[in-house]
Formats: sequence, C-alpha cells, structure tokens
Amino acid sequence: MDTGFDPLTIRADFPVLAREVNGRPLVYLDNAASSQKPQVVLEAVAAFYRHHYAAVRRGVYTLSEEATAAYEEARDKVAAFINAPDRRSIVFTRNTTEAINLVAHTWGRANVGPGDRILVTEMEHHSNLLPWMLLCQEVGAELVYLPITDGGRLELPQLERLLDGPVRLVAVTHVSNVLGTVNPVQAIVAQAHAAGALVLVDAAQSVPHMPVDVGVLGCDFMAFSGHKMCGPTGCGVLYGRVELLEHMPPFLVGGGMIERVGFTGVSWASLPEKFEAGTPAIAEAVGLGAAVDYLERVGMEAIHAHEKALTAYAMESLAALPGVRLIGPPAEERSGVIAFTVASIHPHDLAYALDRQGIAIRAGLHCAQPLHERLGLAATARVSFYLYNTREEVERLVSAVWNAQRWLAG
Amino acid sequence: MEVLYCEHILDHYRYPRNEGVLEDADISHQRDNPLCGDMIRLDIRLKDGVVEEARFSGRGCVLSIAAASMLTEEIVGRSVAELEAYQDEDIFRLLGITLGPVRARCALLPLQVLKEGLSQLAR
Ligand SMILES: Cc1ncc(COP(=O)(O)O)c(C=O)c1O
Repeated sequence: MDTGFDPLTIRADFPVLAREVNGRPLVYLDNAASSQKPQVVLEAVAAFYRHHYAAVRRGVYTLSEEATAAYEEARDKVAAFINAPDRRSIVFTRNTTEAINLVAHTWGRANVGPGDRILVTEMEHHSNLLPWMLLCQEVGAELVYLPITDGGRLELPQLERLLDGPVRLVAVTHVSNVLGTVNPVQAIVAQAHAAGALVLVDAAQSVPHMPVDVGVLGCDFMAFSGHKMCGPTGCGVLYGRVELLEHMPPFLVGGGMIERVGFTGVSWASLPEKFEAGTPAIAEAVGLGAAVDYLERVGMEAIHAHEKALTAYAMESLAALPGVRLIGPPAEERSGVIAFTVASIHPHDLAYALDRQGIAIRAGLHCAQPLHERLGLAATARVSFYLYNTREEVERLVSAVWNAQRWLAG
Repeated sequence: MEVLYCEHILDHYRYPRNEGVLEDADISHQRDNPLCGDMIRLDIRLKDGVVEEARFSGRGCVLSIAAASMLTEEIVGRSVAELEAYQDEDIFRLLGITLGPVRARCALLPLQVLKEGLSQLAR
C-alpha cells in the first residue's frame, strides 16, 4: 500500500533531527516523553509573537483581537482533530497532568463522596493515578484497580464485577506509556456507562499517534498534551462533555474566568473560559494549532501505520539479541512503545551507552511505578517512535544495544 | 572499543568492595532512587566515633554501585564529623568524572543514604 508517506521527507521538516550527538546523527526515540517540533510549528509561534501578540479576550484594540482570534482558532482546530462536536468542550490546560487534576478537583470534589469508588487500572501513568488517589483519600472514597495480565493487557473479564457498586468514574489510559498496549476504550466506556459510571480517558499516548474520535469513543473526559504531538510545551487539552463542564465548579479562580464580580459574590464566565483562569499559553496554543494542521496534512492513519510497522520490526530485531526481554503484548496489539530489559545491564547504563552512540532512549520507571511493581520489574529501558523515525534508526538501535552488551558485560 | 566508564569505575561495579550487611551496625539506612527504583543500603559500625566497618547492599546502575563501593572504602577510619563534611564533589572526585544533573543523582545516592543515616544517629 502506497500512502505517499515518506519518513525521509518528514525528517526534513524537523530541524533538530539534522544535528549530531556525540559525533553521530541523532536518533530520537523518546517520543512518548515528548516529541520534536517541525519547522512549521516553530515558525507559527515566532510569527505570532512577531506580528499578532497581545493578551487575549480583554483588549478592544486590533492586536488583542487578532491574538484572541488566533487563540480561538487553535481551539477549533483541536476540537476538529478529535471530532469534538462543540468548541466549548475544549479547555486549554498546561498538559495532560493538569487536565486530569482539573477534573479530579472540580468534578471529583462535587460528585464523589464517602463510600463511592473510582476505578483505575494497574497500567496508569502517575498522572492518571495520583489525582484519584488523593481525591479518594480526601473524600473517603475507595480507589479500585482493574488488574492487568502478565502479558500486559487489561483483565477485561473482571470489569463487570468491578463496576458492580458505587463506581462514579473509570479513569483509564488509551495507550500505555510503558507497554504500548492499546486499550479497548470504546467497549470500556459502553460497560461503564451501562453501570452508571463516567469515563475519563488519558489520551496522552493516543491522540498524537492515531486517529481519535471522542464521539466514537463516547468518553466523558479526555486529556492529552500538545508537546507530545509536535506542539510547544505548556499547552495541553482537556476535552469534557459540555453538560458536565457546565455543572462543574471552576478549578483555578482569578482573572479571565468570571462574568461579574461583586464585593460578596461572583458569577463564572461561560465555557471554556471558566476553566482558563489567568493569561493562558497563547502562543503555545497557536503552535499547537499549527501542529494539528501539520499532523492532519501527513495523516493520522499513515502515522499510525508507520509506527506500527516500525514497532513490529524493532520488536523482532531486539528479541533476536541474547538477553533482551520485551515487556508487554505482541506488536499487533500495541502502539509505538517498547519497554525492555537487557540481562545484567542496568537500564541507566544502557541509556548512557546508547547516548554515547547518538541514540536517545528513556530508562527508569516512566512514571508508572505500580505497573513495574505489578510486573516484578525494577526499571526498564523504553524506546518510542514517531512519524520521523526510520527502519535505519531501528537498525542503529539494535546494533547499539549489541555494542552496549559488549562494552558492559562483566 | 569505546570507553563507556573508566576502568576503575567498572572494576568497582564488577567486583564491589564491602558488599553485604552488618548485623551490629550503628548506622543502618537505605533509600530508593525514585527515578529508577534503585535502592542502596549502608551499614556502618562505629568505634569511639570512628568508622570501623562499612558495608553496602542494594541494586543499581554502574554509577550508584561503584559510588557505594568506593564510599565504603573511603569512610573507614573517618570520624563522624568527617563523614558529615562529605560533599557531592567528593563523590565526583572518587569516581573521577563530572556528571550531568540526572546521572549525578545515581552517583550521589550512596552519599545521600550516608547523610540521612548520620542525621538519624544524631537523634
Ligand atoms: C499515559 C500518560 N499520561 C500522562 C502523561 C503526562 O503528560 P504530561 O507530562 O504532559 O502532563 C504521560 C506522559 O508523560 C503519559 O504517557
């Protein structure tokens, strides 16, 4: 199948990929942590600052009106990108973490009480775990875990039993940032809704890498980060169903999010301003809009297919090395994330050895300590792909791991 | 062949000195590196305020294990006051390298364990 997708053409869009690290061309394989930025995004941010920058929403002068229009246009782009039916359902936050904390603080404190339950899974990133753990501790609710199998899949047969009770919310990751597992969110949402629970989807690892449609998933809340999808740091997204957002109390309070303030009371601004207190990350949102345009031009289906092919190739090649253990499900069931261990080499030492060869990978617990504990793992190495990675880079990774084994083996 | 770590660091990693635990330790303390789940424990026996014996145990990368191994050699015969004066630079001097902020945390884990252990001794 020829999709017209050419990673070499794409690479030319990303200035940083031209650089060398430790005398070798950079191979960037930490995309699950954050992605690199294409020239069009860098230019969009710079051009906005050069020509249109001002505070948004308040000014009646031309610049502020231009800045407000650009900021709100970015919101429209993001809404269309995930097929949200209503632009008011898109709240700009700093990142995924802040988006989830927002829901836990506002919806959570208004709707979760003593004896209620929040259901999370054993594969959550700390950002989709700690806000719920704290909420439960605070209001006397119970945090319940949907277990995973040894192979790194959710134990879906247990979902029905766990939903039988006062479960108010299911908080689940769409794609695991360690295992790469793609969870069947649509089915989970259907089951949760049937049991009367809402669903928040942590889409930090899905929205950047595959087509995601909130209408199809049917979820109530979704969170993701601009910086993982070619956008600038400092601007992430909370999607929430408008009916829910409308009834939620605000998160941070102050400027920009009120309708009227008197000496004794206030009325909140309408959506989405109610949840965007203070001056937002305006230029970063504009950059995120440019990133969305860029990703749509390349095509999310094509990006997903490319990453899946690279992942299958990398898993096969890594598994052929002695002492390499891959964590998680087979390639068909995952996105472009591979966590692995190498016998008798600590992941930090492996990451260091690869860095000496120009290759950037992640080592550690990847903000998923309970998951590592569940799988009996100390720390792991992780590679994660994006649209600009190539088969040749996978080959460099594999020979670099082999070199590390030679250099470090006792 | 590329040199990843100097030979004396690898030597301490492959053949750690003073590995183990002390049953009759005066200072016994451990700590995790939250970045990677590594753990280093130090056991120290004092005699008249001077380190008589030191052991380490745990798991870690080349830097944390080598630093722990070197530290247990370094501190024998030193007074508690001398231990309290140890700085991060002393660890880098022992290792013979300078490190970026992330990897420095690995190398400094054993010193952190020592400092926390000392503060418990004081209490
Ligand atoms: C699954 C998942 N959830 C949440 C996050 C947190 O994202 P951020 O650091 O942008 O808030 C990440 C990434 O680090 C992630 O992979």
